[in-house]
Amino acid sequence: MVRLDGNAIGGLLHEVFGADMTDAEATCATCGATSTVAEAAVYLRGPGTVVRCRTCSGVLMVISQIRGVNCVDVRGLTALDPRQGAR
Amino acid sequence: MSSPVSRGFRHLRRPSAGQEGRVPPGQYVTQGFPVLSAGPTPRTPLPEWTFSIRQDGDTLTSWTWQEFQRLPAATVTADIHCVTRWTKLDTVWRGVSMDTLLEHVEHDDPYVLAFCDGGYTSNLPVKDVTGGQAWVAFDYGGQPLESEHGGPARLLVPHLYFWKSAKWVRGLELRARDEPGFWESHGYHIYGDPWKEQRYAGD
Amino acid sequence: MERTAVRGRLTWQVATVASVRTETDSVRTLGLEVPGWPGHRAGQHLDVRLTAEDGYRAERSYSIATAGGEPVAITVERLDDGEVSPYLTGELRAGDQLELRGPIGRWFVWDPSDGGPLLLVAGGSGVVPLRAILRHRQRSGSNVPVRLLYSSRTLADVIYHRELDQYRGGAQVSYTLTRSQPPGWTGYSGRVDAAMLAEIAWPASQHPLAFVCGPTSFVEAVAEQLVALGYPAGRVKTERFGGT
Repeated sequence: MVRLDGNAIGGLLHEVFGADMTDAEATCATCGATSTVAEAAVYLRGPGTVVRCRTCSGVLMVISQIRGVNCVDVRGLTALDPRQGAR
Repeated sequence: MSSPVSRGFRHLRRPSAGQEGRVPPGQYVTQGFPVLSAGPTPRTPLPEWTFSIRQDGDTLTSWTWQEFQRLPAATVTADIHCVTRWTKLDTVWRGVSMDTLLEHVEHDDPYVLAFCDGGYTSNLPVKDVTGGQAWVAFDYGGQPLESEHGGPARLLVPHLYFWKSAKWVRGLELRARDEPGFWESHGYHIYGDPWKEQRYAGD
Repeated sequence: MERTAVRGRLTWQVATVASVRTETDSVRTLGLEVPGWPGHRAGQHLDVRLTAEDGYRAERSYSIATAGGEPVAITVERLDDGEVSPYLTGELRAGDQLELRGPIGRWFVWDPSDGGPLLLVAGGSGVVPLRAILRHRQRSGSNVPVRLLYSSRTLADVIYHRELDQYRGGAQVSYTLTRSQPPGWTGYSGRVDAAMLAEIAWPASQHPLAFVCGPTSFVEAVAEQLVALGYPAGRVKTERFGGT
């Protein structure tokens, strides 16, 4: 099965953003929908990881690992807000 | 940064004796056919499917599925090489040669951008999709190409890394310049020759 | 103690396998000794990384099978065409080392303060994080009502069977077997469907919180059915598992 969700890339996103982003709110640049990263559609095991909006299938993020470096394209997001709070 | 070796862990896909000449550097042979996608599987009904050749916003020529099935088709046996390091030997396809399709248009553009249902693209030089090197394939292993593997039709360009063989292909745009497609825009090599191990931009 | 909640670095570290327990024919629970483990929350997972002698690496994620405060353990199902799971369930022995990082996850987690009533729906190995939630609930003395609906192929495939059968009172466990049922089976049969969920799921009017975990197709079908029963989408948390 090739399609999972944002939970599956929790570790990768922590590497990229320096914090656990699974409960962050992502706003899609294509359709404007806001959703939790954990619930986004994630396509793994390809040349890179593609994170898509569950509402419109638009690309939210693409993360490629190029010679050991994470290359991150977040042009598909207009916002990525970590939740604040004690947890 | 070195990691401790996991005692007894061996990866599944190792080149076996006699295969070395067919396996590009850094690749492993797989028996399966891994399904890798950048997005959801499109489901275009065949009556709505077309394959077009476009240039500067104009459609130069186009085939419906029925028309496409009437074009001369060839059986192709090829080794395929994915940039994620698996190689599959002796895959058998049936498809229409890109030479056949491009015969129908007059042009002098040196590049194409393959475009697909779902928005995926891959860029190629025209000289790499002609001369018997590329097909639009609709059968795999003697059966109609499954949607998860790119059906009803995908590009097949086995001499380059398999991300160039765009799934769910719907046509080619003729281009004067070599403009990066999806993975080429995300760090992957603009050309992608597995024998030169051109995986990433700058390799 | 809130150390588990502190945002910090997530780094790969070497852990030692402390124990290997057979749960079913194809499922093992690996007890792990992880130096400096900061603790974890029920529902979180960790990433495992294996390195072969030629430098080849493979990484996979596994849900933590235990509640916070308990020793870390992961439960792994062997997938025959998998690359990592046959190694973890077949070759790995107590005393071996593996690299891991964690704990990971801030969404698919439950603490008693999140309330309920709680609906847990598991497909196959999706039961692992939900079992951690049940253990955490019990260890913390919470009386939030909880129902687990657990779908497996056959009785022999039910993971943690004896442990799950011991829940009473405010925690109810129901099983459905999709491929075959033993003689005299009084549980459910067949795939989880709208009718089965309508029977088990807390009424939407009680503002339940649902956690659904398992293969992608299972999770999405169940989540859709819960929303059809009136659960707000934000009260249905999902975690999809993939193969290999």
